[in-house]
Amino acid sequence: MLHVSNVSKLFNSGTIDEKIALIGIELQLNPGDFVTVIGSNGAGKSTLMNMISGVMKPDTGDIVIGDRSVTALPEHRRSRWIGRVFQDPMAGTAPRMTIEENLAMAYLRGKRRGFSFGVSSARRKIFQAELSRLGIGLENRLNAKVGLLSGGERQALSLLMATFTRPQILLLDEHTAALDPSRAELITSLTDEIVRDMNLTTLMVTHNMEQAIRLGNRLVMMDKGRIILDIGEADKQHLTVERLMTEFERISGKKMADDRTLLG
Amino acid sequence: MFENFVGSLPGAVYLGLLYALMALGVYITFRILDFPDLTVDGSFTTGAATAAVMISHGASPWLASLTAILAGMLAGACTGLLHTKGKINGLLSGILMMIALYSINLRILGMPNVSIMGENTVLSVFPPIPFMIVVVLLFKFALDAFMKTDLGLSLRATGDNKRMIRSFGANTDNTTILGISLSNGLVALSGALIAQQSSFADATSGIGMIVIGLASVIIGEALFGAKTVFRATLAVVLGSIVYRIVISLALQIKGFETSDLKLITAVIVIIALVFPTVRSALKQRGAAKKRSAELLKSLETTPGGER
Repeated sequence: MLHVSNVSKLFNSGTIDEKIALIGIELQLNPGDFVTVIGSNGAGKSTLMNMISGVMKPDTGDIVIGDRSVTALPEHRRSRWIGRVFQDPMAGTAPRMTIEENLAMAYLRGKRRGFSFGVSSARRKIFQAELSRLGIGLENRLNAKVGLLSGGERQALSLLMATFTRPQILLLDEHTAALDPSRAELITSLTDEIVRDMNLTTLMVTHNMEQAIRLGNRLVMMDKGRIILDIGEADKQHLTVERLMTEFERISGKKMADDRTLLG
Repeated sequence: MFENFVGSLPGAVYLGLLYALMALGVYITFRILDFPDLTVDGSFTTGAATAAVMISHGASPWLASLTAILAGMLAGACTGLLHTKGKINGLLSGILMMIALYSINLRILGMPNVSIMGENTVLSVFPPIPFMIVVVLLFKFALDAFMKTDLGLSLRATGDNKRMIRSFGANTDNTTILGISLSNGLVALSGALIAQQSSFADATSGIGMIVIGLASVIIGEALFGAKTVFRATLAVVLGSIVYRIVISLALQIKGFETSDLKLITAVIVIIALVFPTVRSALKQRGAAKKRSAELLKSLETTPGGER
């Protein structure tokens, strides 16, 4: 479904500040795979997400979705196949527009946008049904401005908007990191539910090891722009935070010093 | 003085309606796209010049007005291209277009000003004020409807959260160019109508137009609210009329002259922009003070050590 092959990315190449963000990344996601990605700051997790979504272009390598290479396509063309939820709850929705208007825009993912009304009564019914899946009462507030919602509500809406058109790939970029624990828990369980229900091929970056172990069927660990560990379904079931940390220390030869990684 | 004011009221309302189309254009860029577009100063004159020259050569005033819209849209599209494809800062791309248009407008006019005195205009067919009410409402409702279409939604989202709408596959370069283009089409139409109302077009008629547009938008929103697009566009139209009334009042105060108009406009916009900031800052400080006083008091009444 998603094939990232030999992808590298340098920042400030040729200068004294040269930084290797990604080097020779190989990653293959099969249909229905839910892969969680962990790694310390600067490991290249976000850069990898940006490569796949087209925010940045790789220096080398190829990115294939389904059976087409998307490496040369700009972000807005790729978004036809890619749903995304960002870390910042404010990033995934338009605050001065209403809930139903936001959903109408998400509904047309990757399609031509013409002169028909964005919110028809038929579409409104679909939106209402979809919103009720979230179970937080947004289905009764279709005409509320999204800017009035709380961070958790906005992130739940972002998650719905990113997924309800069944994109081929779902990218979650630390999408619970900016929320308080109870909200983060809500979004985590919603994510699990939606991805499972719709059988979405998902790549989720997280700082939270516990979350990375709990969700998904595969776990990938990154360090210094490389994938250093790829744990499949069978091994992942017996994984614990402690074992993951010893594994990391064994491979990278250093302690996992990042507090955020521990405490999430 | 009061009698004077009542006498000048219909004139102020009429001018307000003519300029309301320009204000709607400014609303599209300034509020919806969040793009302060200075092209307006040039494209207003472009509209006036195009219409005046065509009418003076015997073209139908309707065709002339329509061509003015297209000329304005073209100018706006150029600004949009400079900003999106050329990656030039928004303010600067507007200023560049404004300067370029000054020469282009002189080319269109062929001389510093063109008179169309005595020619037929679109304003001479029907009673002008009712006609302009219909025209302005027509454009207002068309704009409201457009902003609810799929394309209109993506245009609004471009100004609201670019990253988000891009992640849903809209090309924000295109929506930006479209928005600026539509905006300048309306501005140019307003210029064309003003030329027909005043019977001449002048190369300098657009100077300061952006500030007048901003004044209309800000006054309108402050007085009439902007909760929805429908409300906001209505507010902008009314804001344009109120602005003209304020100006005609100001000009009746002894000591003010017509040449002070732009200064008065600038002062109105400055007040309208600064006032909400100052008010909310004062409010917040007041609330914080009160709350602190409450907390202090509750500490005093609660004896120490007993909680």
